[in-house]
Amino acid sequence: MNTTQLSPLLARWAQKIEGVAASNGLDFYPVIFEMVDFETMNEVAAYGGFPTRYRHWRWGMEYESLSKGYRYGLSKIYELVINNNPCYAYLLESNAVVDQKLVMAHVYAHCDFFKNNISFSRTNRKMMDETANHAARVDRYIGEVGLERVESFLDACLTIEDLVDPHAQFIQRRRVVRPGGEDEPATVRKLRSKSYMDPYINPPSFIEAQQARLDEEARKMRSFPEEPERDVLLFLIEHAPLERWQRDILSIIREEAYYFAPQGQTKIMNEGWASFWHSRMMTEKLLAVEELIDYADHHSGTVATSPGRLNPYKLGIELFRDIEERWNKGRFGKEYEECDSWDRKRSWDTGLGKGREKIFEVRKFHNDVTFIDSFLTEEFCRRQKLFTFAMNDKSQGYEIESREFMKVRETLLFQLTNHGRPFIYVKDGNFRNRGELLLWHRYEAAELKRDYAEDTLRNLEMIWGRPVHVETIMSESSTLISCAGGELLESEIVA
Amino acid sequence: MVLRVDQDHHRFREIIRGRIRRELKKYIAQGDMVGRQGQKLISIPVPSVDLPHFRLGKNPGGVGQGEGNAGDPVGKGDESEVGQAGDQPGHHLLEVELSLDELAALLGEELELPRIEPRGTRSVVSARDRYRSVRRTGPESLRHFKRTYKKALRRQIASGIYDPARPVIIPIKEDRVYRSWKDTEEPESSAVIVYMMDVSGSMGDEQKEIVRIEAFWIDTWLQSQYRRLETRYIVHDAAAKIVDRHTFFHLRESGGTKISSAYELAGRLIDEEFSPADWNVYLFHFSDGDNWGGGDTEVCLKLLGETLLPAANLFAYGQVESPYGSGQFIKDLEQNLSGAENLVVSRIPGKDAIYDSIKQFLGKGR
Repeated sequence: MNTTQLSPLLARWAQKIEGVAASNGLDFYPVIFEMVDFETMNEVAAYGGFPTRYRHWRWGMEYESLSKGYRYGLSKIYELVINNNPCYAYLLESNAVVDQKLVMAHVYAHCDFFKNNISFSRTNRKMMDETANHAARVDRYIGEVGLERVESFLDACLTIEDLVDPHAQFIQRRRVVRPGGEDEPATVRKLRSKSYMDPYINPPSFIEAQQARLDEEARKMRSFPEEPERDVLLFLIEHAPLERWQRDILSIIREEAYYFAPQGQTKIMNEGWASFWHSRMMTEKLLAVEELIDYADHHSGTVATSPGRLNPYKLGIELFRDIEERWNKGRFGKEYEECDSWDRKRSWDTGLGKGREKIFEVRKFHNDVTFIDSFLTEEFCRRQKLFTFAMNDKSQGYEIESREFMKVRETLLFQLTNHGRPFIYVKDGNFRNRGELLLWHRYEAAELKRDYAEDTLRNLEMIWGRPVHVETIMSESSTLISCAGGELLESEIVA
Repeated sequence: MVLRVDQDHHRFREIIRGRIRRELKKYIAQGDMVGRQGQKLISIPVPSVDLPHFRLGKNPGGVGQGEGNAGDPVGKGDESEVGQAGDQPGHHLLEVELSLDELAALLGEELELPRIEPRGTRSVVSARDRYRSVRRTGPESLRHFKRTYKKALRRQIASGIYDPARPVIIPIKEDRVYRSWKDTEEPESSAVIVYMMDVSGSMGDEQKEIVRIEAFWIDTWLQSQYRRLETRYIVHDAAAKIVDRHTFFHLRESGGTKISSAYELAGRLIDEEFSPADWNVYLFHFSDGDNWGGGDTEVCLKLLGETLLPAANLFAYGQVESPYGSGQFIKDLEQNLSGAENLVVSRIPGKDAIYDSIKQFLGKGR
């Protein structure tokens, strides 16, 4: 990889920006900037920001599309920052100094967000080392069982990589079983007693009954989850008949899925926060007069909107600015909500001055869903000209549907919840008492995409080793899509 | 840090190659690739190699930002661009770029085409420069770093000024070693393809499309086999003439058919420009098999036997089916010249048969 250190000029700027960021209350891990040329940038970006990932062709595919995009001038990656301690950030060599300043300011804010936002609190801060470790493990398995087998297993695992429970890190839903070795069988704990008293204090019949109950429980645990299990990957790691290397690969995929999950959950906030701070720091402290035009040009490029496209940078930065203003002027609460004089509302200012404090609080405790849910207001919605759109079947195109606040909010929340992806659970690991796997799609107004679901089931069958099924709703009736021996079957579920 | 993207990228290309190879028959029949050809690269739409996931089917819409009233269209059907709903791309096609050489290699593998052995002594010798030796003088840009330092080290040890505790090696002028090249002579073979096509009224657009696709693949393959490849196009109805590529595929005449005219012209062309002593000559003739009755077929057979076949590596006759043609000519060839080793005939009833006919044409390894 071609990385170089910052030039003395940029190193001075990095130091200055770090100081400005800190004086604004941002709190971050040490940041290491690396200068890369565009090829390296594309390489690193293809690997999701990490210099070393396990071997897989999809990085190659990503790389090809990125470098094509760059070559034809369609896209260019300005910055890349990794949630790690220390935080790594890549700067594009060919950028002008003003761009580098903007990017550095942006990076410090990202890093602050990574360090402080609660969604990230359980992420591995040594992920750089971890992914390299994963790569080494996968390499070892390739050496042991061959590329073909590892690759086809990886392909299968990657089709279900998003079937994890992003909130699981914060809620102890159930006993965590370490992958790998079998647990010791549970035994009934005896009360302490002298040996001659033991038959009385721990009567054998009672112990036996208790042991039987524990065994039964253990058996139940093994055969199916008591409640639908959202962490499908974990279920497979624990219960699928896998070889050791397969189990390990599956747990690698799962670990990385959990690492990346918070970034998906906080896209709007994270980009909004970083843009908010780069614009503030640049305009207040860092800009030289002659750089103003270039800065304005590039900043507006970042937050540009096009119809029918929601720019997370734009939405995020505007919401943070709105929150700051509202809490500075006390524009919230019952009194403000109930005020129906537009004139008074417009000039409302209680001089509360808590804007700064509030946005730091927001960046700590929210994710995109709660962020939108709590702070998207009707006025904001109108000012930002948000609308919902929907497919018009007649014209086969998307059309603006409504500008109504509740509708916008609802649609946005729906889009953000689980990234608009289906919720899939493991319902039964011993379906039909034949060791088959039953998944359940929690239906919410949208059907599964048929061909994708079928391909995914095929892969899942390969992992599970027995027929797999998914229970869902198709054309308004409960349907079971099954995959047995690679053959797909659809049947209606009779309630 | 060593980036592994080359490895992964290579693997990805291999997967793509595998897909194209598996689907090659389909691509050939559809003629998808013809016309997508750039200078050296060809862009092929491959069904995306996405990893499937559980996804929701219909995009229910989303939230956008900007001006407009209810009912105004927004970015038509541009699903992947729409906000965060972009996680549901349709089955899009991946445009993959392949070089023509790669494509030819695929074609060769899939059709199990033998590599062509250029004919005996008919090779042109070309000189190439290769860096494979060293010398004591030369430009600094060609300095051989390692050897220079080795030599300096040797000298310093020999003269006793090398101090292992402070291993400084300073090359002086005598130590310097530069890369140098040698001329090597490599045989280079050239080939010429002469395409002949019947453009009489009975050859319709569909027939010409077939010829076009065949010609594309033949070009691709032969190009990978010869360093230098010339192409000539002859059209004929009752008379023959040499035309350029575009005209060849688009010209439409209405006259009768006299195949011998084309053969005669091809013979003259070979005589004048492409002496078989220097050139590997490939002749391809496409027609619907309808020839003028007045003894012309006999003339053709005579021309073939006496001039064209002895001069050519390969004479290939492809007969496309048309509602008007009698299809007689191919039978005449089969009956009279079945002994000729370098004559291949092939019936091409439709686009699906292109694959097999290419195999017949090029499978001889000539």
